[in-house]
Amino acid sequence: MNHGLTESGRPTPPASVDAIVLGASAGGVEALLAILAALPASFALPMVAVVHIPRYQPSLLVEVLGARAPISVREAEDKDVLLPGLVIAPPDYHVLLDVDSGRRHRAGAPDVHLALSNDALVSYCRPSIDVLFQSAAEVLGPRVAGIVLTGANADGALGLRAIKASGGLCAVQSPDQAPARAMPEAAIASAEPQLVAPLQEITQWIIGLGTHRAGRTEGTVFHDR
Amino acid sequence: MISIDGPSGEGAFDLELKLLLEAIFQKYHCDFRGYAMSSLRRRLRQAMDRFGTASLAALQDRVLHDAHALPILLDYLTVQVSEMFRDPTHFLALRRDVLPILATYPSLKIWIAGCSTGEELYSMAITLEEEGLLDRSILYATDVNEEALRKAEAGVYALDRVAGFSESYAKAGGKGSLSDWYTAAYGGAVFDRRLRRSVVFSDHSLATDGDFTETHLVLCRNVLIYFDRELQDRAIALFEQSLVPRGFLALGSKENLRVSSRAAAFETFDGRERIYQKAMNEPGARMNEQ
Repeated sequence: MNHGLTESGRPTPPASVDAIVLGASAGGVEALLAILAALPASFALPMVAVVHIPRYQPSLLVEVLGARAPISVREAEDKDVLLPGLVIAPPDYHVLLDVDSGRRHRAGAPDVHLALSNDALVSYCRPSIDVLFQSAAEVLGPRVAGIVLTGANADGALGLRAIKASGGLCAVQSPDQAPARAMPEAAIASAEPQLVAPLQEITQWIIGLGTHRAGRTEGTVFHDR
Repeated sequence: MISIDGPSGEGAFDLELKLLLEAIFQKYHCDFRGYAMSSLRRRLRQAMDRFGTASLAALQDRVLHDAHALPILLDYLTVQVSEMFRDPTHFLALRRDVLPILATYPSLKIWIAGCSTGEELYSMAITLEEEGLLDRSILYATDVNEEALRKAEAGVYALDRVAGFSESYAKAGGKGSLSDWYTAAYGGAVFDRRLRRSVVFSDHSLATDGDFTETHLVLCRNVLIYFDRELQDRAIALFEQSLVPRGFLALGSKENLRVSSRAAAFETFDGRERIYQKAMNEPGARMNEQ
């Protein structure tokens, strides 16, 4: 499966997705700031990010990122409906995507929401990028894009592979351009992403995903209660 | 190992997962059908590794025909390893703001719902004792996992873990040293049995059982996150029924009442710490009137 890679390695207009999941560790706050600052205010794709942060203190990420972002930035709460804007995983919780089980499913479109968990650390991390990405692959299948940014561990590699395996889109920051290269390298080796590129290019790719979605009328509908 | 069954849900794995939960319910009357699918998928993959089964259907076969398999599986489905005084500011708010109000009652009933192996129970009991309230309190410590309840009742935790809780205890307004409350023996911290003198341990399911009457405080932290919205709704309605008017409900730091149809029956007491107070007279505040 190859989603729209041209021979130059540049992505063609990609298949549309319903959400973007991002993972970042060492150097990740600066990377996210750079991405967010370049997004148009009209950017309407839901995004969920795991950034490795200390487990035992309140996070300032929402304040730091929100100050520079033209879109809404908020911390994940259990059962939040997935809506446009950026949602950040809180310290010491895993964040997963979920839909209510079929038995209890309400009529209408699938209602994708966030589910928090206190389950054991994964790859020494809580929140873990793998946990978010694997749940995104399970819930959204091919309709999700996963992005692994700079970091000094291997979290995200298995999760990105899961997204790739279920037909989703994958992008990884170029290790040469990342402040910490271990996490991008592990993700590239594990998932064979469609795009490996510097941050600026990944940002353009993200904007492209949002533009593509804007013209779309079917698929998962996100609605508030 | 990761196995992916494709988009939104109805792959073989999800189907087998639902059938497994139905089988456990029908055979053992343990109801996990309202648990959040996202965490169940992860936990049951781990359970498959533990049992060495290639599918959830094979795991179902084991659980239906081998009674010894159920308690092991229950650990995957239910057990939360919690911490003592997790979110110290929450326990500080209970100590400083909630307990002085509760102290005006002649006697107290406190329900620790989903107490698992008891870390929050002992955090609460220590706080009550230090505030002079444990003698006139009854604590209901409930969980669906009987093995976890036995551990809660034993009150023995790994010493290296407990050492890590000392800082949280101090930040939560602890009046002495956490080590005042346990005895170190054989690498374990054995908590003072006097902390359990008012505790009733009980096997109880928020999915299928009823409420405890006339409680003044319900502590249910990081339990609801494992429920889907319908089961969350049921549990919160149960808490509402259980609480006296102006009684308190304490949730986990990322939990809230928004999805609950009973949200209007509560007022926010401390929004940051997720402490709610049952409204005085909310019309139609009975579950059976929904």
